[in-house]
Amino acid sequence: MLETFWILLLFPLVGAAINGIFGKRFSPGLIATIGCGSVFISFAIALLTFFELLGLAPADRAVTNHLFTWIESGNFVANASFLFDPLSGVMILVVTGVGFLIHLYSVEYMRGETGYYRFFAYLNLFIFMMSTLVLADNYLLMFVGWEGVGLCSYLLIGYYFETRVAGDAAKKAFIVNRIGDFGFLLGMFLIFQTFGTLEYHSLFSTVAERFPAPEIGFGVLSGITLLLFLGATGKSAQIPLYVWLPDAMAGPTPVSALIHAATMVTAGVYMIARSATLYSRAPESMLIVAVIGIVTALVAALIAIAQRDIKKVLAYSTVSQLGYMFLAVGVGAWASGIFHLYTHAFFKALLFLGSGSVILAMHHEQDMLKMGGLKKYLPITWATMGVATLAIAGIPPFAGFFSKDEILWNSLVSGHGHLLLWVAGVLVAALTAFYMARLMYLTFYGKERFSHESHGHHDDHDHHHSGPPKEPSLFVTLPLMILGVLSAIAGLVGLPAWLGDNRFEHFLEPVFHYAYTGDGHQGEHSHSLEIGLTVVIVTLALISIFLAYRFFVKNPAIPERIAERFAGIHKLLWNKFYVDEVYDALIVWPIERISRFVLWKGIDVGIIDGAVNGVASLMQGWSNRVKRLQSGYARAYASWILFGAVLIFLYYYLAN
Amino acid sequence: MVSTTQFLVLGAILFSIGTLGVIVRRNTITMFMSIELMLNAVNLTFLAFARHFDQVDGQIFVFFVMTVAAAEAAVGLALIVLLSKRNDSVDIDQANTMKW
Repeated sequence: MLETFWILLLFPLVGAAINGIFGKRFSPGLIATIGCGSVFISFAIALLTFFELLGLAPADRAVTNHLFTWIESGNFVANASFLFDPLSGVMILVVTGVGFLIHLYSVEYMRGETGYYRFFAYLNLFIFMMSTLVLADNYLLMFVGWEGVGLCSYLLIGYYFETRVAGDAAKKAFIVNRIGDFGFLLGMFLIFQTFGTLEYHSLFSTVAERFPAPEIGFGVLSGITLLLFLGATGKSAQIPLYVWLPDAMAGPTPVSALIHAATMVTAGVYMIARSATLYSRAPESMLIVAVIGIVTALVAALIAIAQRDIKKVLAYSTVSQLGYMFLAVGVGAWASGIFHLYTHAFFKALLFLGSGSVILAMHHEQDMLKMGGLKKYLPITWATMGVATLAIAGIPPFAGFFSKDEILWNSLVSGHGHLLLWVAGVLVAALTAFYMARLMYLTFYGKERFSHESHGHHDDHDHHHSGPPKEPSLFVTLPLMILGVLSAIAGLVGLPAWLGDNRFEHFLEPVFHYAYTGDGHQGEHSHSLEIGLTVVIVTLALISIFLAYRFFVKNPAIPERIAERFAGIHKLLWNKFYVDEVYDALIVWPIERISRFVLWKGIDVGIIDGAVNGVASLMQGWSNRVKRLQSGYARAYASWILFGAVLIFLYYYLAN
Repeated sequence: MVSTTQFLVLGAILFSIGTLGVIVRRNTITMFMSIELMLNAVNLTFLAFARHFDQVDGQIFVFFVMTVAAAEAAVGLALIVLLSKRNDSVDIDQANTMKW
């Protein structure tokens, strides 16, 4: 399949076209079959290609499929060609694999929705765009996918477009992403301006040639990398552009799982890892990426503690985990960042899908304070979400433990690392364990805080009846179980050095061939130190979980008392540090005012419309006077002719 | 021997009379005749110059003018007939409906 792996792109595109154009007349079964089937075929092709890639020697593991020359203008060439190497291989497997499971889940979750066909068409289109993004072999084609996933994200957040919340959230996501895209575009321009190509391989070899050592101070590479990073902060929801992601939860839960947890939001991390050659030569940018990452992780984790909406907690958790990934790539641990991306895709998708299952059972109630005691009603959801929680909390041997441990270790010992980054990272790990344990305890343990009769508002799912909450069908639980298994074991491919061989890192190594590694070399650190730090982190996570148990199961009065005691801090966290309000006041409000009063009423109405209408009314006024000349009296015309003739005569007479 | 100047003065006088007639008279037929007068004043000027320079160009022009004037008279008289049928008068000021 290596020669023609690009055909995997076609299936979701065709699926999207068929469902989008003809889906209205199809039965739900047919729509679901087309939607899931196309992604499954893509996944199968990706898997086959991946195994063929594994059969090659590590140095040869980069295969390009050239389709056609897309743009050719002067010395600018952009090809529609696709690259399959270890990095894009891992990404495409995550995208199509997790994507397929979420499609499967949606079959049940979205049943009975009016836009069933529309949903699957968008979802398939998303898989196509995301595959383009990760398989592209140049920045411009990556940008096509980058914009495409942004479009799909917009369409899917606004899936319930009849409600104002969803429409606003969709617009917010799109506009905030546009700010980032602007940075990405400028970064691309600067790359082409400086190096004359956007194709990965030739670009990276040129960079490695022209910059044998990292640049000192703020140079062109810092400019490029920071502009690209602006794009990443938009797409991957980092400070200062993270505000759209929590609102994006207005979309259906499978969308939150697929786009806003597992795949699209990790595009920024992928892009930076892909650009490792550039970043590794711009130490200033690396530091900024790492600091932004860890600050985002910390802020989002703090906000997550105080949220009551189960999806909001997960959304902030996603922002926080993405911060971890940026920390990893910021300290030059490219493989660790991708490793966390890959484990995170499993356990966070699982958490979202699990929360979807809970929300279904609770008849679209999302407030955790109105749940509780669901363990006995939803055993499968409880078990799988439990696994995912242990994974994200970093409890060995679940997937998140290995990737998080790698990141924290690298943030301490890599050439770009720092003790402060490590301390903040450990703090985030403890907070993560705490808020996730809180989510589990509030949802599945303790007293039932809902009534069996009327759950929340009425919905149009006629297959849900009132009565005790019950587990959804196999379509929902099967993806949960598969993801549960993956969340448990996926980390084993990247064992830490003291336990064995980090095969994941070695596998990705050829991708970062051109990245600068000179003084970033990890010194010799004893395994005992690494083990010691790991024990510290795991102990902290366990203590956090225990604390959450004390707070939310044993003695539910404690959190309330704490919230009262520290009312100010609680209010700050509950209101998400007022970031939205600050953005509104500093950016949205002035822009709105300027647009309304200066651009619209001043320039548009006053000057542009004024000029157009002014010319017209001037002409009208003149014509009203001049038209009197045409009086209808033939003798008047004759007089005018005479008058004109006399004038001409006089002119020549006087001129001589 | 009549000098060229005398011919030209006579032509100017005839032309002025014709112009005045077109402007001040309201009777369409009178106006029409005034136009003929103007045409012939020009003809006279042409001939005066033809004689003055001893060339036939002016004479040829006069033939042209006479031909065109004949055609114009045919069309013009037809228009006047229609106008009088419509308005029961040949007063030009009554035919003033074609205006802004």
